[in-house]
Order: sequence, then structure tokens, then C-alpha cells
Amino acid sequence: MSIAPPPLDFTAEPLIRAAFTGALGRFTLDVSLCVPARGVTALFGPSGCGKTSVLRCIAGLNRLPGSCIVGGETWQDEVRFRPAHRRPVGYVFQEASLFPHLSVRRNLTYGAPRDPAQHGIAFDDVVPLLGLGHLLDRAPQNLSGGERQRVAVGRALLSQPRLLLMDEPLSALDRATKDEILPFLERLHAALDLPMLYVSHDMAEVERLADHLVLMAEGRITASGPLAELQSDPRLPLAAAREASVSLDATITRHDHGLTELAVRGGRFLVPGTVGPVGARRRLSVVAGDVSLALERPSPSTILNVLEGRILSAAPLREAEMTVVLGLGTSGEGDRLLARVTRRSWDLLSLAEGRTVHVQVKGVALAHPAPV
Amino acid sequence: METPLGDLWSPIRLTLELASLTTFLLLVVGTPLAWWLARTHAWWKEGVATLVAMPLVLPPTVLGFYLLIALGPSGAGTVTGPLLGLRTLAFTFEGLVIGSVFYSLPFVVQPIRNAFEAMGERPLEVAATLRASPFKAFWTVAVPLARPGFLTGAVLGFAHTVGEFGVVLMIGGNIPGETKVLSVAIYDFVESAQWREAHILAAGMVVFAFSVILAMTLIQSRAAKAGA
Repeated sequence: MSIAPPPLDFTAEPLIRAAFTGALGRFTLDVSLCVPARGVTALFGPSGCGKTSVLRCIAGLNRLPGSCIVGGETWQDEVRFRPAHRRPVGYVFQEASLFPHLSVRRNLTYGAPRDPAQHGIAFDDVVPLLGLGHLLDRAPQNLSGGERQRVAVGRALLSQPRLLLMDEPLSALDRATKDEILPFLERLHAALDLPMLYVSHDMAEVERLADHLVLMAEGRITASGPLAELQSDPRLPLAAAREASVSLDATITRHDHGLTELAVRGGRFLVPGTVGPVGARRRLSVVAGDVSLALERPSPSTILNVLEGRILSAAPLREAEMTVVLGLGTSGEGDRLLARVTRRSWDLLSLAEGRTVHVQVKGVALAHPAPV
Repeated sequence: METPLGDLWSPIRLTLELASLTTFLLLVVGTPLAWWLARTHAWWKEGVATLVAMPLVLPPTVLGFYLLIALGPSGAGTVTGPLLGLRTLAFTFEGLVIGSVFYSLPFVVQPIRNAFEAMGERPLEVAATLRASPFKAFWTVAVPLARPGFLTGAVLGFAHTVGEFGVVLMIGGNIPGETKVLSVAIYDFVESAQWREAHILAAGMVVFAFSVILAMTLIQSRAAKAGA
């Protein structure tokens, strides 16, 4: 059994390249991973598929045969194995795992280098970013679950990692607490230039945070690529899910009549309200079931968003429906969307791959809420 | 025949010296042993743990008998004795210390091992991901978290050494100021029908035992509260 590292990439972009094989409970872990060392990469898959094991191997907490190279630095190969405490990672566990014998402040500074000159991520920045100011002198026992997890994130950040590893940091929390923490994680994403590997089995979290997606099942990687590309790939189970949707990164272009206009590649969307200043980046999410298609420009209606697009591909879904992949813009070169249409409509309108269509979008969700 | 009360002080002082030194050595020896027992995956670790626990069930005289042979002029005493300027370790204070360490080892190792096991891998993994070396993680995370175990172990080790009798008699004999500790002194007083002296020492031991057990219970209930 040979463990070949992923093929070398000669572009200048820093990469996280890791390959591990080994026994893992009922099945064998056999992964080979190559993702950009920037932005948020989500490892997504059902519980027990080996996501956490991959993360632990990258952190050096487990040792399986394989290799691990991060940003050009070899952490593991056939002969070398750098122990966990010599790898510049920040690790956030599922349970906050704060040190019960230390105050919040001393938990935060436990891993911080003695020399403040090495603090690229400063204490005075992290504390307000995660809203920890009023908690500093408390004991971990007296914090809520959400507060503890925020302290754990801050503690990992202050150890000055070059890679942040998050192992389902929200899964032990209830819905309300999750919604309380997600904005903090989104701010982190926006404020820090720190690559992050984020393990999750919750697609809603992934849609809000991830730039890049790695799909896993039963110890193997089934697909890897930019988030929207995988969401709109009809061969993958994501596109067939009942709530299939596609995320688009948009820039605010103007405000009008109480609406905000956001540009994506190949089109523009309008959403109600003022969601941010002109030039700000926001993530939109469009559910496949909210997208309908028309051959001629629809007569004026109350639907806000009608865009030009081209059908790139289509695949039947169950007995009555089709999943249609659209490219925005008349030639279809822009961002992708998924549409869910009935087969009846597909035949009635003589829709086919390559046709230009008018894309009506009934609802657009803002994944990144307005900044706090 | 009345013994002046001042003479009672000698066995008490000797016992406290023996128990303090023994407790110190027990922590030095027992901590790495407990750490190893709590964390190793070696298949023979329970064999080692059983050896450590043997004094719990062995008659003290058996332990004392073997120690006497080991420490005496024909045993290891011939090697180690001269280093301390002695012909033999048997019937010396140093011999008593060695015997007590063996005798009380399980009382120290067991609570510390339990405390190390109870904290699990996680705090140490967290420390490692925060760039703490195993050495730093041990001193700044494992030891503070295992504090109740250390307290329990130290108190039990001290108290158990104070109360030992069989081992002392076998390897220490009954030399005033050298090996005549409290429990032996009480035995002597009873033998020679000095009831007053025996009463004083015995009552003191009762109070001591009561305080020790009460202290232990309080330590454990406080630790349980802090952990909740």
C-alpha cells in the first residue's frame, strides 16, 4: 500500500497537502487532500466518516502513515513526524476544553508567545473581536456554552497559529447559541488572513463560512473544490438534496428604493434593506427550488430578480423533476445557479442544454448578515 | 515506674521525621510511576501496578522479612550501606525510610494515578496544540488538575507511615531515638504496663486518625465541587 502525496502544484499559491491511510473504526481512512492554504476549507460529511481523524492527523495529535505539508513546510513524511506542540496550528475542539484551573484571561494567554513582538494576532484585538471583554476574570465553570467556545477560539488564535483547525466547534451547542457564535466566526474570516480547516456535518454552517469544500464519506474524499462549484455539480449528492442551494460571493454596488444591489459574476441581485456599504462583500445563497426559468422576458411582476442565463446541464431528479445547472450571463460564463423544475415544464418549454433563458429568482438569502 | 512525659517526645519526633521524609520520597517516586501507569499502553503495566499494590494485602511482617534480608549485611545493604557510612541498612533510620516507602507506595500511587486518568487525554492535547512541550503541559496542566489526587496521596502516605508497626519491628527493631517510633513505643509501654503513657500516645493517635480522615473527606468533596 503506497501513500502518494497529492500531485505537486507549481503555482505560487500556498497549499495544504496531506495524505493519510490507516485503520479507523469500521473502515479504513484513505485520504489525499490538496486545498489552498487561505480562506475557509470545510470538511463536510456524515458523522463518523473520518473528518475529525484527518484534522487530528494534520495537528499531529494522531499519527497515521502518510504525509502532511503545509505552506511548503513538511510536518510529516515517511521518516519525519513533527510532534503536535511544534506545529503552528490552533485547534478548536468540539467541546471547548478550557483549563478549569485557569481564569479566562490565563486560558487565553496560555499559548501566547512570551515575546509580544511575535503577536501578529494581538490580545487587544481578539478580545473585542470575540466579545470576551467582560469575561476575562471569570472562571471557565461560570461561562455559558457559547462563551466557552468563544474563549477556546480566542485561545487558539492567540497561540499565533498559521493554520486554524476547527473540529465541529458548534455541534455541541443549541441552535440559538450557534446563531450567536456564527457571526463571530464570520468576522474572524473577514478580519484575519488565516487559513482555516473547518469540520462540519451541518450544510448551513458550511454555506455561511466556507470558500472551499471537501466532501468525505466512509474514510474517503469524494470531491474537493470551490464551494459553489461543488454545490452546483449535479453528480454530487448536494445538488439532489431537498434544500439544495448555491452560494455566491457578491459585492454591494448601490442602494435604491430601500433595496441593495449586489453584483455577482454575470448578473446583479436586489435584496431588501441596506445590508452594507457600497463595495462591501456579502455572500448570497439561492435555493434551487426558488429558481424558475422562462424563455421570454417575463412581463413586469413583483419578482425582484430576473437574470439572463444559459442552461449548462440538466439531470433528472426522482420521477418528476430536473436539476438544471445554469451559468449567469447570456453566454453562461458567470456564476452558477441551480434550478429545480418539473420534467413537464422542461418538455413543454423545449428546454435543452445550451439554451439561453430568463432566470427568475424568488428568494435570495444573505448568508453573511450585516456586520454587527 | 513512671517515664517523664518529656521522654514521650522522642518517639513522636522520630515518627514525624520518618513520615515527612517518607512522604516527600513517595511523591518523588510515586508521581512518575503514577503518570506512567495512567498513560502507558504497555501490556505489562497492570503487573507493575499489582507489585506496587502488594503491601495492601501482604502481612507487614512478610514485607519486613524480605526487606530485612535485602537491606541486611548479606543483601543490597552491603552495597548501599557503605555509601551512607553504615555497615548495614537494617536497624537504622535510613532502613526504616526505605521500608516505609515500599510499604506506603500504593497509598500514594493509587490516588495520583486515578487523578491523572480522570482528567483524560484532552487537557494535554489542548496544551500540545497551544505549543506546550510535554514537560510544560505536565507542570502547568496535569499537576494542577491532579491536585486533589496529590493531596489525598500525600495525606494517606503520611498517615499510613505514622501507623506502621510490623515492618518497623522487622527491619528497625526498637532502638530509642533511632528506630523506636510511636506504634512501637505504645507496644512497649503496654508490655511494661505503663498504662498512662500508652493512654496518652494511643489517644493522640485516635485524634490524629480522625483528623486525617476528616481532612481527606473535605479535600475530596471540595474537589468534586470544583470539578462540577
